[in-house]
Amino acid sequence: MVLVKNAVYMKEVELPFCPGCGHSQILPQLDKAMAKLNLDPQKTVLVTDIGCVGLSDQYFNVNAFHGLHGRSITYACGLKMANPELTVIVLMGDGGLGIGGAHFINAARRNIDITVIIFNNFNFGMTGGEHSVTTPFGGKTATTYLGNIEYPLDACSLVKAVNGGFAARTTVFDKNLSDLIAEAISFKGFSVVDVWEYCTAYYVPRNELNKEKMLKLLETYGFETGIVHKVERKEYIEAYKETYLNQPQKQLKQISLETEFENNLVKKTGIIIAGAAGQKVKSSATVFGSSAILSGLYATQKDDYPITIMTGHSVSEIILDKKEINYTGIDNPDYIIVIAPEGLAKVKKLIEKMDEGSTILIDEQLKQLLPETKAKIEVYPFKKSANAIDRFSITILSLATFLARTNLFPVDALRKAVSLTQKKGIAEINLKAIDAGVKLVEEFVSVK
Amino acid sequence: MIEFLDGNEAIVKGAIDAGCEFFAGYPITPATPILLGMMQELPKVGGVAIQAEDEIASIGFCIGASMAGKKAMTATSGPGISLYSENIGLAIMGETPLVIVDVQRQGPATGSATKDGQGDIQFIRWGTSGGYPIIAISPTTVEECYTFTIYAFNLAEIFRTPTFLVSSKELSMTRQRVDWSKVEKPEVIGRKYLPENASEYKPYYFEKVDDVPLFSPFGGKHIVRYTTSTHDEYGNLLTNPEKIQIMMEHLDKKISEDKVKKFFPHAVKFDPQDGAEILVISYGITARSAIEAVELARERGAKVSNLIINLLWPVPESEIMKAIKGIRKIIFPEMNNGQYVLEIERIVDKSKVEIVRINQMDTTLINPKKILNEILKTS
Repeated sequence: MVLVKNAVYMKEVELPFCPGCGHSQILPQLDKAMAKLNLDPQKTVLVTDIGCVGLSDQYFNVNAFHGLHGRSITYACGLKMANPELTVIVLMGDGGLGIGGAHFINAARRNIDITVIIFNNFNFGMTGGEHSVTTPFGGKTATTYLGNIEYPLDACSLVKAVNGGFAARTTVFDKNLSDLIAEAISFKGFSVVDVWEYCTAYYVPRNELNKEKMLKLLETYGFETGIVHKVERKEYIEAYKETYLNQPQKQLKQISLETEFENNLVKKTGIIIAGAAGQKVKSSATVFGSSAILSGLYATQKDDYPITIMTGHSVSEIILDKKEINYTGIDNPDYIIVIAPEGLAKVKKLIEKMDEGSTILIDEQLKQLLPETKAKIEVYPFKKSANAIDRFSITILSLATFLARTNLFPVDALRKAVSLTQKKGIAEINLKAIDAGVKLVEEFVSVK
Repeated sequence: MIEFLDGNEAIVKGAIDAGCEFFAGYPITPATPILLGMMQELPKVGGVAIQAEDEIASIGFCIGASMAGKKAMTATSGPGISLYSENIGLAIMGETPLVIVDVQRQGPATGSATKDGQGDIQFIRWGTSGGYPIIAISPTTVEECYTFTIYAFNLAEIFRTPTFLVSSKELSMTRQRVDWSKVEKPEVIGRKYLPENASEYKPYYFEKVDDVPLFSPFGGKHIVRYTTSTHDEYGNLLTNPEKIQIMMEHLDKKISEDKVKKFFPHAVKFDPQDGAEILVISYGITARSAIEAVELARERGAKVSNLIINLLWPVPESEIMKAIKGIRKIIFPEMNNGQYVLEIERIVDKSKVEIVRINQMDTTLINPKKILNEILKTS
């Protein structure tokens, strides 16, 4: 057991590690590094991972956060983002580096100002000496008893690969270890020190590891020592402040959909718009729903589309009622507006089930694709008419036709919703489309 | 102010009004709009929102931020809750205030990524090792998505525990008319801090076993120890069985129906009818089908009461017991294979009450007619 002496932040007690364990050598060097930087204990957090190194934090008179295996970097990032005044130092083993590899790479990539010290003893010391991501090729461990057939990970190269701030490698024998740790901690950005050391319980006896062999290993793998990588680039939290916290505040106009229009709705009404990607089905349905609300109605809207949003069907379901709408499913739609073959394919089964009381408004080019149905069918040249204005306006145009035909509420409510909720350029196009949609009712009505 | 909003938009508004200061998430349908909304809105109020490398990091960031004193929230769907599992355990063990939004979709695994389901109900309660309690509340409307988000923050902060806001695809992604003049905005309540001038901080000290320890943030006036391990009041590893027992009883007892109801007055919504022997019980989006079914049944002269459960965990047992007085048949529709009904079956005397399950796992909403038919069968 090693008794800590002449420490500044450490408690002067016996450390719990095995005789000869590198942890007992590294921790006093960390203490020295912290003393060199004169860290404020209240503003310093040691975040420890799982493993023997996880016992370390209780020997320091600073804040300590002991979390789950491999996740220490995530807590460290959370603490630092929440309070950038903190000096956050992660103490983890090579086990934690393996299980938390994604967090290590991404913290480095973001260049967030935390320091990671890897207590790298080539195996899992706490659970019986199993191999880790840094076990040398051929290394003997409990789980590689005939020799490791995997290649060891170079943590510093990972940092380099994502252009993280600072990466250094050294061994427990380094006389300047505390200087290196201090440099890493004071570095503004992500920093890591990969410290190679002894696990005297498992790795050392199984592999007859000594200083000479360890140095030889570094050479064998071409793993550089000292400061391997250092780059000055913007630290994550500073970048966030600059780009996001200081973004120009846009004054969004608050739009209230107060009742301005009358309506003629007599019962809960389900409307389905069956279109395709690129027809602005979703946004037009929202405008339509808003116009219903302007007419004193309750409305719901839900949308269905494939995950590849720029292709395939786009179907929106709207329900209107005079009272609060509870159930938002549409079993038997009162109206289906069909403006694309993709949408038609999606609602085909519903169309087959529709009864005499229901109505389909369909584009003239799609009429021949309709399945057998009892619904009334009205055919309009939606596409042709929309193309004369802007092909994206087909949905809003067909909804104007629908409103002019059914008179559930005034077309003016739709115009108002367009003007209220849409950007000027788009609103102008859509207002033209609404006029064209109304005109279709006057000119082209053809009832089956 | 009248708007046409969906549940996810209301959750974002609720979080901002609750004073949320930190959000981390990872894209997943149908919870992604919450991530996008928080990335938009949090910087405007000086908060930090980040898309993490995965769900594990999302909740890890949140736990760190919360322990530094920030009100934190994350949002995901079932597959993300799977990845949160270990850190939900940590948040319970470390007594971390944290709001977790679960916008459910049909599972298991990837399931039906863009379709609805209510299959996470038992999972959120039992989804981490050890089996210690969390709090979960479940809105049924867009308005409640807003109101309950604020309550979720209050509960998380007051009880220092992960608190779930349980939504689902159909609730989170269906727009609805919202009249803000009629929406409840609860008083915002924060965590209880140790006075800054206190000489010593014992991070996990409690006087009575069900007390919630006082909070002091990392970076504050006191040295703080936080730990994933079984610990004493100082946050040091415990090996003494007697003390371990007390510590675990503390985690178990600090959350109870009565305590939670003091800060969440909407544990259930009970709509009784005189002389009714039938009771429909539901929660979440399915409650809206139940309301419609009960209305239709009453129009046809049937006598039926309706109970909507908003506090899923801890189970509001006393409220359920009140509602089942005189009831001979319970109808329980759920968009899963029969999960919360297990709690009802646990509580009621099954020799006196028939329990009918309606379980639908086809990703669509349960049609009120299905519930109606079950009501009319008896009356």
